[in-house]
This record gives sequence, structure tokens and C-alpha cells, in this order.
Amino acid sequence: MSRDRVRPLRWLLVVAALATAAACGRSQGGAGDSARATVIQNKGSDTMVNLAQAWAEEYHELGKGVEVEVSGGGSGVGIAALLRGAVDIANASRNMKPEEIEQTRRATGKEPREFTVGFDALAVYVHRDNPIRTIAVEQLAAIFAEDGTLTRWSQLGVTIPGVTDDTIVRVSRQSSSGTYEFFREHVLGNKDFKLGSRDLNGSKEVVELVGSTLTAIGYSGMGYATPAVKMLPLSPKAGEPGIAPTLANTVSKAYPLARSLHVYTVGEPQGAVKDYIDWILSEAGQRIVEQSGYVPADRAASPQP
Amino acid sequence: MVSEAPTAPDRHLRPVRPRWAVLGERGLEFLIRLSGVSAIVFVLAIFFFVFREAAPLLFAERFSLGQFLFDTAWYPTSASNVRYGTLALTIGSFAVTALAMLFAVPFGVGAAIFISEFCGTRTRELLKVVIELLSAIPSVVWGFVGLTVMSRLIVQHTGAPVGVNVLNGGIILALMSVPVIVSIGEDALKAVPDSYREAGLALGATRWQLVYRVLLPAARNGLLAAVLLGVGRAVGETMAVLMATGHAVRIPHGVLDSVRTLTANIAAELGEAPAGSDHYRVLFLTGLLLFCITFAVNLTADLAIRGIRRK
Repeated sequence: MSRDRVRPLRWLLVVAALATAAACGRSQGGAGDSARATVIQNKGSDTMVNLAQAWAEEYHELGKGVEVEVSGGGSGVGIAALLRGAVDIANASRNMKPEEIEQTRRATGKEPREFTVGFDALAVYVHRDNPIRTIAVEQLAAIFAEDGTLTRWSQLGVTIPGVTDDTIVRVSRQSSSGTYEFFREHVLGNKDFKLGSRDLNGSKEVVELVGSTLTAIGYSGMGYATPAVKMLPLSPKAGEPGIAPTLANTVSKAYPLARSLHVYTVGEPQGAVKDYIDWILSEAGQRIVEQSGYVPADRAASPQP
Repeated sequence: MVSEAPTAPDRHLRPVRPRWAVLGERGLEFLIRLSGVSAIVFVLAIFFFVFREAAPLLFAERFSLGQFLFDTAWYPTSASNVRYGTLALTIGSFAVTALAMLFAVPFGVGAAIFISEFCGTRTRELLKVVIELLSAIPSVVWGFVGLTVMSRLIVQHTGAPVGVNVLNGGIILALMSVPVIVSIGEDALKAVPDSYREAGLALGATRWQLVYRVLLPAARNGLLAAVLLGVGRAVGETMAVLMATGHAVRIPHGVLDSVRTLTANIAAELGEAPAGSDHYRVLFLTGLLLFCITFAVNLTADLAIRGIRRK
């Protein structure tokens, strides 16, 4: 009889012990997680958002307990967030403007620190069968700008085989794209684009449309080239020889539409942020730059032909 | 005596009805009434919130409503001269919708007539299932078809330089609105009393004469409603036209020109416009414009139907 009375009690004890153990285990794990999981906020350039995402995922795989949260919005948005203190690292596909550096000093009392993580060239694409050999920056402007006068390939002295209507089909990007802004600034001199271009929502889409359209011309990152298109060498002035968007020309900035890809921090990075940037600049991080279609920053030291 | 008979047991039963049943019924009634009225609440709330986002710009000094409505220059992020003109976008929307209706109305009404009047029971059941399946295809899949299959066909057969254009968007939207027109149109035809058909046949009319002279006039309101619902589907469609029309801001000169529609423009740009900026607000204003257009379409439909009814 007495055993019958004890048994439920004993069971209760066992259950309680198990529950306590489980609860302790969970709370210990929880405490450990919150101690270890550092979150780095990363924001900025749309051009670099895929690259930054790839870095973040790869870094997560390393299991250092550091999570990187990446978002786009544009280089300017990222820099604004950085000096507001909302993010730890800003991505920018352009250099920081002097007034932005000044703002950083005023807001934080520290100097912004710039890391060049790679290079990108904005390539000008035409269809593979387009006989054009090279194009000048001012000709590009005359094709794409609002008051531009070039509307037919014949005006450039180009005859495309098998085409009766040689109206130039302009392929551009949506107005929020960083690539769009870069092209507007460096080719159009900040004038507006002529309306009526096909404004596509991605770098890859531009190359695809150009690849399937004989009379098209478009611009996109050099990493997106396919066999259906060719990249045109660009000459800074009409009559000068064209400069091809190669790795060497991109690194040396001889190519007119070359740009550096940066990440910025406020002051010298510390702790997890420093580790992360060091990793980005290491071989593993730079390999991802190359896989994403850009030129790794370490090529600058030893330019390849 | 006969009229009082049902009330006598009723009076007897009422006191024994449990209270929870009475209350439950009241509650259900209230819920149903609430869901009925909620449509009004939602419409007003959506209008209010869209308006609230757009209002600061609408009443700002720097903003001109005339330019917004009647200028073709859309430069929301210009570095030198920002202009918000939506005329090209509005015309783009109208062009694609009009072309879509040109294809969809004959096909849709024709299919509705065939299903309701000419085909046998088994064919009808099969067709109805297939048409329902057609309307269940998500719009992004239609857009995909437009972007890949249709654009290639258009380039091959018309010689257009680019396959994503008004024609492509029109065909895709027509395919999307045909199921709407067919199912509503068929209901409208079925609602015509059989006595009309019997009378027509008894007078010696052929089946075609019956359709043309009797059923179409009798089902006019329903068919108009079907067509306008199709128009509504086409005007409001976003994803498919975003992918199939080529996304170029310009007034089209032919069906082979690329255009951009109001809906596609909002979808493409809202995600990137900084919240609270002029660009953001002007996109909400575009939404308001779209709202006004669909409202006008529906109002016209309503008035047209009433006008017909009065005759």
C-alpha cells in the first residue's frame, strides 16, 4: 500500500527533475547564443548587394557566430545610414563625396575608413552580329541622353546585316539602380536619359535583351557578359583608340567606366567588424568577388594582361 | 383559421427555445452584417491611406497637377530636373488594355455563347473546368510566358526588333481576362429564362437567330458587366505587364512599340523610392490616379447598365 502511495510521488520527482534539467539546458544554450551571436549591419549599393549577400552567407558558414544582415538601397542610402549609426558597414560603388566625409566628422567625430574590396567596369553591350568595333563616350551620350541626336545605326556608319529598320534600341536600367546613376554621371554628365528606352530591372536582363536584339545597345556590369553579346571598347574621345573593359584596364582605371567597389566604416573597425572586413580582403572573400563577376581588389597589386 | 394555424404552435414553442440559440443567432447575424459592411470600410480605408501618403505632395507648391497628368516626361530621380509626368504611362495602360479587349471580347463572348447554347453537356463540363484552370494560372506565370515564348514568336512573325511590347502585353492580358468574361458571360446567358428560347424556337427561329435576336439583347447587362470586369482585370494587372510590355516610358505609335503602364511603374519603383520622399509620394499619387480610373470604369458600367434597364 505504501509503495502505491510513493510511486506517483517518485514519478513526479523524476518529471520535475527532467523538466528542470531541460529548462536549464535551454536557458544555458540561450545565454550562450546571445553572448556569441554578434550581428553586423551592412547596407548600401545595389550593385554590390548580391556580392555582400554572398559574403554574408559564406561567413555564416564559417560558424563564427557572427551574422551579417545585408540590405540594398543605393550607395548614398548606405553611407547616410552609416553616419547615422544605423549600420556598421556601408557598401558603396562610388567614392565617398567630400561633403559626406565632412558630415561623418561632424556627426561622429571620427574619420570614415575606406576599404577597396574590388573593381567593376560598366560594359557597353551590343549584339554579337553588330559589326561596330568601338564607340566613343560622347557617341554613347548622343544615343542615350535626352537631347541626343543619334537614333540610327547608319548615323554611326554601321550597317547591321539583315536589318531593314536600323533604329537604335536603347536598353537601360530602372531609375533607382546604382548602375543607372553611374552611367548618367559618367556618360551623360548628369543630364537625363532620353525617354523611351527599355528600362529593365536587372543587370542580367539587359544583357539578355541585347543578346536577342540585333539593333540593341545597353550597359551592364562586365560580369554579365554572355556569348550572345559583345562588349564594346570605349574611347574617351571620338577618334581615339577604344579601350576594352579588361581586368587590367579596369584596375588601372584606363577604361572610362571603371569604378571601385568600397566598404566604409566609421573610424578604425573593431572586433567582429574588423574580423569580417579582414576576411573580405582575404583570399576567401576575394574569391567571392570574382565569382560574383567583379575584379578582386588584390589584382590591383599584380595586374594581369 | 388557415392563416392563423402556423402561428399557434409557434407561440407555444418560443418560450422553450434555449437562450444560447437566440444569442448565437443574433451574433451570427451581426457577424454577417459586419462582413457585408466591411467592403465599404476597406475601400474607404484604402483610399484614405493612399491619399494620406500622396497628400503632402499633392498640396505642395512645387508640385503641378497639370504636369502630373498631362506631361509625358517621367524623370523621378533626375539629377538636374525632376519631372513627374504620367501621361505616357496612362496612355500605355490604356493602349494595352484596349488591345487586350479587342482580342478578349469576341473570344470571351463567343466562348460564353458556345458553352451556354451550342455544346453538349459533357463538352460544357469539360470546357468549364479547363476555363477555370485558365483563370487559376498566376499572373507571374503569364508574364513569364510573355517574356519568353510570346516575345520570341512576335519577333519571328512581325519583324519587330523587340518582342516585349504593346502587342505582347495585349495578348497576355487578353488570355488572362477571357476566363473572367466567359464565366460571367455564361452566367448572364443562362439567366435568360428558358421560356424565351422556347418561344423563339416555336416561332421557327434558327439557333443563331435565337442567339442574335433574343438572347444577346436579353443578356445585354450581364454581358456588359462581364466585359467590364475583364477590363478591370486588365487595367489592374501588374506583374504580367511589367514583364511583357518592355517597360519604356513613351507614347506608343503602334502595337510593336514598348510601353510602361501605371501599375508596372509603381511596382518597379516603389520598392526603391525612399519612404516619405517626393518620388515615394508621387507613386502613391499614381496609385490614386489608377484608383480614379477604375472607379470611373465601374461607374460608367453601372450607369450604362441602369440606362439600358430604364429602356
